[in-house]
Amino acid sequence: MTFDDVLDLAAAICLLLGAFLSLAAGIGLLRFPDALSRLHAATKPQVLGLLFIVAAIALASRSWSALLALLPVLLFQVLTAPISAHMVGRAGYRTGNFRRELLIVDELENAVDEASREAEKAGEEVEDRGVGPAPQK
Amino acid sequence: MSTALTVIYFATGLLFTAAALLAVARIVRGPSILDRVIASDVLLTTLLLVIGAEMVITGHTRTIPLMVVLAATAVFGTIAVARYVSKQDKPQAGESPQSVDLGGDK
Repeated sequence: MTFDDVLDLAAAICLLLGAFLSLAAGIGLLRFPDALSRLHAATKPQVLGLLFIVAAIALASRSWSALLALLPVLLFQVLTAPISAHMVGRAGYRTGNFRRELLIVDELENAVDEASREAEKAGEEVEDRGVGPAPQK
Repeated sequence: MSTALTVIYFATGLLFTAAALLAVARIVRGPSILDRVIASDVLLTTLLLVIGAEMVITGHTRTIPLMVVLAATAVFGTIAVARYVSKQDKPQAGESPQSVDLGGDK
């Protein structure tokens, strides 16, 4: 077994792990009960799975320049995955798109209640602005 | 050695196929637009990983720019839909998430 074989095998195992994480996300999407828990399952291949695939490409092509070209992929995913997860989670909570009985702690409830009370007190049109908190005056 | 590699490559392909099919199943079943947008995000991530895996299996590095562009722009669709959803009205109290119609006319 030469060194090249070892590198190829390591790349293949990285591929398998990345594919496994992707499958885990698919199963989690189908089996989890509400949008917020599905969000948790969906983030698994976005960072760790991509890390495995990038490692596999770098191992298989055996070049530092390929790894350098792939770093922006990782960087973009790590920067943007939390943004989209935050937006979806915020919308999911505020539209009530989750099962309250599954929550153990709900630290957001008071803040959201207070924000909507303030919006009502100000007597503003809520429809236009959506269900977000009142803008600071 | 190459037999082991072939077996691993086939297993990888099967796992990716199953993951993509499960994501499509969630897109079809819904029930809310948020579930669909999460599932389509997963489908896009799976596509990104499949492009990378294809480079490893066939031994080239030509599609790396495609991966960069996909990783950089995947976030826009999710943000746009999430922003749109948060402008909808809240469901009535006591209504279960399964019966919430986020896309309907009010």
